[in-house]
Amino acid sequence: MTNTSLSTREKVEKSMVRRRAAEKRFRTYGMASVLFGLLCLVGLFGDIINKGASAFRQTVIQTEILIDADFLGINKKADDQEIRNADFEGLIKQHFKAMVQPQGRGERRQLYSMISAGAAWQLQEAVIADPSLLGKKLSVNLIADDDVDQWFKHDRGTELHNNRMSETQVKWLEQWIDQDMLKTQFNTLFFVNGDSREPELAGIRGAITGTFLTLLVTFLLSFPIGVAAAIYLEEFAPRNKITEFVEININNLAAVPSITFGLLGLAIFINIFGVARSTPLVGGLVLTLMTLPTIIISGRAAIKAVPPSIREAAFGLGASKMQVVFHHVLPLALPGMLTGTIIGMAQALGETAPLLMIGMVAFVVDVPGFINDPSTVLPVQIFLWSDSPERAFMERTSGAIMVLLGFLVTMNTAAVMLRRRLERRW
Amino acid sequence: MSIIENHKTNGAAFCENPKLKARDVGVFYGEKQAIFDVSLDIGANEVIALIGPSGCGKSTFLRCLNRMNDTIDICRISGEILLDGENIYDPKVDVVPLRARVGMVFQKPNPFPKSIYDNIAYGPRIHGLAHSRVDLDEIVEKSLQRAGLWNEVKDRLHSPGTGLSGGQQQRLCIARTIAVDPEVILMDEPCSALDPIATAKIEELIDELRENYTIAIVTHSMQQAARVSQRTAYFHLGQLIEVNPTDQVFTTPQHTLTEAYITGRFG
Repeated sequence: MTNTSLSTREKVEKSMVRRRAAEKRFRTYGMASVLFGLLCLVGLFGDIINKGASAFRQTVIQTEILIDADFLGINKKADDQEIRNADFEGLIKQHFKAMVQPQGRGERRQLYSMISAGAAWQLQEAVIADPSLLGKKLSVNLIADDDVDQWFKHDRGTELHNNRMSETQVKWLEQWIDQDMLKTQFNTLFFVNGDSREPELAGIRGAITGTFLTLLVTFLLSFPIGVAAAIYLEEFAPRNKITEFVEININNLAAVPSITFGLLGLAIFINIFGVARSTPLVGGLVLTLMTLPTIIISGRAAIKAVPPSIREAAFGLGASKMQVVFHHVLPLALPGMLTGTIIGMAQALGETAPLLMIGMVAFVVDVPGFINDPSTVLPVQIFLWSDSPERAFMERTSGAIMVLLGFLVTMNTAAVMLRRRLERRW
Repeated sequence: MSIIENHKTNGAAFCENPKLKARDVGVFYGEKQAIFDVSLDIGANEVIALIGPSGCGKSTFLRCLNRMNDTIDICRISGEILLDGENIYDPKVDVVPLRARVGMVFQKPNPFPKSIYDNIAYGPRIHGLAHSRVDLDEIVEKSLQRAGLWNEVKDRLHSPGTGLSGGQQQRLCIARTIAVDPEVILMDEPCSALDPIATAKIEELIDELRENYTIAIVTHSMQQAARVSQRTAYFHLGQLIEVNPTDQVFTTPQHTLTEAYITGRFG
């Protein structure tokens, strides 16, 4: 015993107070951290949804318009080309001019600017689909210009609108509202159109298709290469200086800033091998370089996690190295490998910087049909829109972010489900 | 206790009808030598028990007999081991068919995470022993029967092998080894993870298997060695100290180290 008057038991009791307090403190810190993380997430999602939800609604002007065959200069026998050449824009202008009677050129211009360029295309498509509409009155929801859209959805009744909408325009708009002509509908164009200079006509279909094709190329290349590399390094490669060097460099690659991969892709794939720039093919190649280290590292970890007793059992029965790997190790490691792959793919899905280097930042209106068509991807589309001055593009930026996050959540859920499914087999 | 210089194995290391003959076997892990000049015969249809304190090299020696040590990169082996007169360390020998002839049961039951049926069928499948589904069914049934597991699992052959109890799992592993129809079965402390009842069952099984197979068993339990084996080999710090008929080892050990071990003075 030491020279204090306290017994061992009393000392333990005394120290318990301190220990309990420390434990409680630590728990509080932990809970605070989790709470902080959750708050950030809620804040982020809240802000994005708050800004972006309105991107899924589009303001339209409901009106009954006479498809005047004489004005358009076509008859019911006109072929598609003739209909396309007809002056539907003029027809719409005439219709609205007659409706609100603008005074002078200035007012006329203000009036015309309130209707989207897409409205003429809407009528055109309707007539192509059904030529018998010619000469009849057609009730349509014409797409309003983005300024009208923003005013109707956000600014009406506030002071903010003054710079974009003139008093005359507001007067007309209030009239239309009184006549129940102005309303919002689900923004289908946002999902079926490619990019456009007109915010009300800009959509994400081109970017989504581009993303899908790019990720397809990435997956088809990186999964087999990554798994093969992981298996070879873990199971077959001799342990020597060379494999050690390779190992260290794979780990280094995983930490390389992604824009570097873009430069590499530009220098090698585009300049040396002449792969067409701005395509999902070259995008997929670059993202493969980026995803490979993730897949290899997670693949090796998954292989390492397979208990050695399983290998011994198989070896003991006279299985060859190949049989041990493919019959026992790989099936057990596959769920882990797939998880790593999906995490890598999710990273690739959100990657912007390297794709800027290889020209995927171009303004592409057409939806890509195959991996060698020029295209862009969702994150780059978001980047492009976030740079645009129109307020409607800001809204669409948040809308596109919501779609991107939706994809990410779906992918991660799929990963978890796939993993559970595979693990249950064992 | 240090390594005995110029040690010669006491007792009868050689026998009349050897299945496996080890001659001057040395094992090195890198620089470190784990086994020194072990010469030992393992007779056909006998059970030989390898005993000795932890780290004495008995498991290492056992793993030499079907070249399981090959999977360890730094492991090197000198001397020769003859199976039916043929050196298994000859460069021309392929380990795959060797391990089909010399099967192994491990310390911890290690069934594959597959169904009971697939566990047994795996060996015959990779070696092409069954020509049809019916053949394979027959092999599976026979192996499970020999391992004394058939009645317990016949109604759930397609449920996972990992769902069985520890003792059942170990018998499953034995059945899996038998399914390849080996000539020799090596057992590395097969009962150390089992309760006494499961242990008794396995010991009974070993006694039955002796009719058809040659068995070498490493064990920490001297009672077990006494119960199941005909001959016992005592290892000490990588050297084979003494080999004699089991009853003789446990009643009148020749070497003082053997005596010290079996009377519990160390180990």
